[in-house]
This record gives sequence, C-alpha cells and structure tokens, in this order.
Amino acid sequence: MENNSPTAASGKIPFWRDVRVLRILFQVIFLLGVILLLTLLYTNMLKGLRGLGLTLNLNFLQDEAGFGISEGIAYNPSDTYFKAFWVGVLNTLKVSIIGIVCATLMGLFFGIARLSSNWLIRTIAAAYVECFRNVPLLLQILFWYTAVVGQLPKVRESISVFGGAFINNRGIYLPSPEPASGLNTWLWFLGAGLLLAVILYIVRWRQLQQLDRPGFRAKWALPAFLIVAFCGWFLTPGRPFTLDLPALQGFNYQGGMRFTPEFSALLVALSIYTSAFIAEIVRSGIQSVVKGQREAARAVGLKEGQTLRLVILPQAIPIIVPPLTSQYLNLAKNSSLAVAIGFPDLVSVGNTMMTQTGQAIPVFAMIMVSYLIISLTTSAAMNWYNSWITRIGR
Amino acid sequence: MAAQENALNDPIIICEDVHKWFDDFHVLKGITTSFQKGERAVICGPSGSGKSTFIRTLNRLEEHQRGTIIIDGVELTDDLRNINLIRQEVGMVFQQFNLFPHLTNLENITLGPIRVRKLTKTEAEEIALSLLERVNIADQAYKYPAEISGGQQQRVAIARALAMEPKIMLFDEPTSALDPEMISEVLDVMRELAHSGMTMLVVTHEMGFAREVADRIMFFAEGVVIEEAAPADFFDNPQHERTKLFISQTLQH
Repeated sequence: MENNSPTAASGKIPFWRDVRVLRILFQVIFLLGVILLLTLLYTNMLKGLRGLGLTLNLNFLQDEAGFGISEGIAYNPSDTYFKAFWVGVLNTLKVSIIGIVCATLMGLFFGIARLSSNWLIRTIAAAYVECFRNVPLLLQILFWYTAVVGQLPKVRESISVFGGAFINNRGIYLPSPEPASGLNTWLWFLGAGLLLAVILYIVRWRQLQQLDRPGFRAKWALPAFLIVAFCGWFLTPGRPFTLDLPALQGFNYQGGMRFTPEFSALLVALSIYTSAFIAEIVRSGIQSVVKGQREAARAVGLKEGQTLRLVILPQAIPIIVPPLTSQYLNLAKNSSLAVAIGFPDLVSVGNTMMTQTGQAIPVFAMIMVSYLIISLTTSAAMNWYNSWITRIGR
Repeated sequence: MAAQENALNDPIIICEDVHKWFDDFHVLKGITTSFQKGERAVICGPSGSGKSTFIRTLNRLEEHQRGTIIIDGVELTDDLRNINLIRQEVGMVFQQFNLFPHLTNLENITLGPIRVRKLTKTEAEEIALSLLERVNIADQAYKYPAEISGGQQQRVAIARALAMEPKIMLFDEPTSALDPEMISEVLDVMRELAHSGMTMLVVTHEMGFAREVADRIMFFAEGVVIEEAAPADFFDNPQHERTKLFISQTLQH
C-alpha cells in the first residue's frame, strides 16, 4: 500500500507533471511564439513596402529637408532631414525639461496646500487639482493657445513689464544676458569663491566631526561663495554681462529671449495639467506616513520642522518618487500634443518628414526610439535619486 | 501612607476640571486629579471611556478645551514653548510602538537626545546602548525595527522615551498589540522602571500588573473617573456597580 502513496513516487516524476520541466517548457514555447509573430509581421511589412516601391534605409536623412521650422536652434530649409529631426528633438526636450521643473514646484505647493489646516488654502488647492486633472489635456492646450495667449494684445500695444520684458500675441520677450568685457575677470572671482567654498566645506565638516553633532555642511561654504560672487560682480571693471533688452524694431521686437505663443501655451498647459497629478501624489505620499509617526516624533520633543524633515519626508519620498517618475514620463510624451497648435516638436517635425519622403516606418521608428531614450534616461535618473534619498534617510 | 502625604506636598501633575470634545462627542467630562512624584497610577476602563484621550492630553497630543493641566509647574497652554518643555519631560509609549521604520533601533533612541537635548552623537549612543542593555536587547541595536519582534520593538520604544530622561512616563496600552508570550517581557521592563521610582501613568488591561505595581487604580467610564483606590481596595471592595461589572468581566479570563 505504501508504494501507492504520492510521496513514495519521488525521484521518478513523469515529465508532464514535473514542475521544473514545465517551467522551462512554457518559456520555450512562449519565446517561439513571439519569434514567429515578429517574423510574420516583418515579412508582411517588407512585402507591403515592396508593393509601394520603398526600401528600408536611412539614406534619405542626408537629403535636403526643404521645409521651414518656426522655432528652435539655428536651422534653415536647405539643411538635412537629420538636422530637422534634431531640431524637433531639442524642442521636445526644452518643453519637457522646463515643464517638469514647473510642474514639480507647482505640484509640491498644491499637494502640501491640500493638507493645510487653513480651510481656504485647502479648498483652493482641492479645486485646482480637480479642475485641471479632470479636463482633457488637448482641450487645455487649445484653451491656453486660443483663449489666453491668442487674446494677448497686438505688438504695438504690448504689455510691458518694467520696460524690459514685453508680452504680446507674437510671444513673450525677455531680456537675455550677453557676455561682456568683464566676464573673464569675474570668472576668476568665481573660481576663487569656489576654492574658498571647498575649503570652508571641509573645515565645517571637520568641525561637525569634532562637535560630534549632525549639521548642515555647506553652512559656511554656500554664503561665502555667494558673497564672493556678488562682490566680484561689482569689483570687476566693466560688467561681466550686459542685458540684451528686446526693443521694437519695425513690426516686431528684436533682441532678448523670445518664447513663442505655441511654446508658452504648451508649457503652461503641460505644467498645470501635470502639477495637478503631482499634487495628489505628494499629498498621498505624506498621508501614507501613519499618524503615529508624527505623534511619536512629537512625544520625543521634536519640533514641527524636525518632524517633517527627519521623520515624515524620509518615509514619504520613497513612496512619492515612483509615481512621480510616471508623471515626468507622461509629461514628456504628452508634449507630442504640440502637433495640435503647431509647435515644432519631435512628432510635428516627424510628421512633415513622413509626408515629404514617404518613409513612414523609419521616421516612426526614430520617433519611438527618441521617446524611449528620453523616458529611460528620466527613469534611470529618478531611480538613482530614489536609492540615494532612501540611503540618506537611514 | 508616605506616598499619600507626598501627594499633598509634591504633585507633579495637576488636572483641574479637564474637558475635551471630539466635535459633538464629550470625551472627557471634567477630570480633576493630581499625581505625585514617583506615583504609579494604572488607568483602566471600557473602550471609549476616554482613558487614552486623558493621558494623551498630558503631553498635548490632544488639546483639552476647558480646565487646566499643570505638569511640573508648567501649565499646558497654546504656548509652543510650554508644550515643547513639557514634551521633553514627559515620555510616551504607544500601543502600536510607533518606532521610526527608516532608522535603526539605536538611531530611534538617539534621535531625540541629539536633536532636542543637543547631546553629541557619542554621548547619545552611550545612553542608548546602556538603555538597550537595561531593556535586555543590547544585541538588537543595529537592526531595524521591522527585523525584531513586537515585544522587542516595544522595549526599544520604552528605551526611546527614557533616553529623553523624562520625569513622567505615559503608557498607552503598551501590551495590547502584543502576542501573549511577549507581554511579560514588556511588563518586566515596566516593573523594573516602576521600582526605580519613575512617575508612571499606565493605561492597561493587565490587571495582574495593576494589582502588583500600582499605587492607585483609576477607573474611567464615559469620560469621568468613577472610582479610584489602592489596588487592594479596588479589586476586593469595589464601590460602584459599573466597577464591579468591569472587574468581574476582566478577571474571568
């Protein structure tokens, strides 16, 4: 009878019941399926391309683009398609990076405001979040473009901010710093300040070690550097920078920095939309730290600021960072909605390239790879930040 | 009896007509009492009777809305300076331990001494290690709270409170979240602390501990102190019906 019991069978399991065999078998079958599917898709695509008389190569990138791009780095229509694509990539990066910074600051502000004990602040923050995260982004972009930026006054009636910056329906014009005669001298001051800062940082570090107390290591280095940089600015004969002020010449403003209406509308819409989501992430992160943690910190005698810095945030940040990364990726990818208002981003430039050359597949692949690189880089940076901050908290 | 005389001479906690509402719910309905230095009081009563809320008002984790509380000569008001002063003198141990999960056991204990008492790291670590020795878990110093048992966590929490050298220790149901076999290791530490002369207010259902250690047992029900007496009188000769019912129910098991 004992020979019939399941345990007695050990050592000679038939393969269709052996978990170890099955595990490998299923993976092999799955892999074969994927390879088969990809091969099918690829041959089908080649067949289709042959029918259209197209081949798969990237040679067209060396050809003259022949179309204009309204903004971005220096470019003219006689440049190559590759250069045109690169302009699009940089425009996407520009709006994404500035957008991520703005969205994070605004999201932090509204997220913390939602937890305020002040009824008015709390309610305004809640209204902000609910308004902007529940309206489709495309609609918001069109709103900012047509209803706000598009309604700004004409060039001749520009809104002037302190006589240096101008806002009109052709864009936002800001003064930009231009290197001047004193720059080299001032860089010497900066170098000296940096050296002093490093020395003071080390001195302070050793002092803290001697005191055997935690503390802010850059407490002396930071102000020292700023003071040297500030004094150096005024001691330098001739200014290190001059301000290039935008000025009305003919029909438009020249000089300074210009943000086009398309860029401004896209940036505002992306920043506000994403900040509403970030605000929720920040709020839920802080709230996820249980009430008892704050009570224990108070019972030990920590002040409110110390409680937040030493107890709440070290626990909240690792919870906030992964969904925050998703929002950063969303913002970068959502910037492709720029097509709707004619901002020459990656997708917009790519579209023009596709219609002109008919090389849909290579261009699509280039766009996808570009977004993939942007996204993976962002993820990697955020993962690094997360592991760094978790280690700091300990 | 000496203790009774002390109570008149040297109260460290004075409560006068303390009231507290949670919205419409009247949790504390006028608590008037005092505790002398070195007194060990056990506070018991059914859940929702306000016993936890009462000891939480003593270090301002809850605000009282009427009446006065004076701790070691300092009145608890909205003055942040007074609140911070009192929190340094009053240690607290929670039902859920509330250790900081991102810090090691040692760092949990040194956080307050370094940041609030402004000790050096070395001084704070010496104190922390000797306290861990005292609560019998010196070998767990460099582990994280999640890596040790509930009973050990609660002992770290006691050490964390003691590291601030408080004059008063509050215990809010310190053994209620523990597995039965871990309760005694925590009670042993509390017993040792009681014999060292610490002023202790303990909210607990551990009636054996109360009978053995307490100078006084206070029975809370519906926001008032119904009865208070020395353990012998309290258990053997309860005056009120509500107290009798409570004792018969808790002693059944």
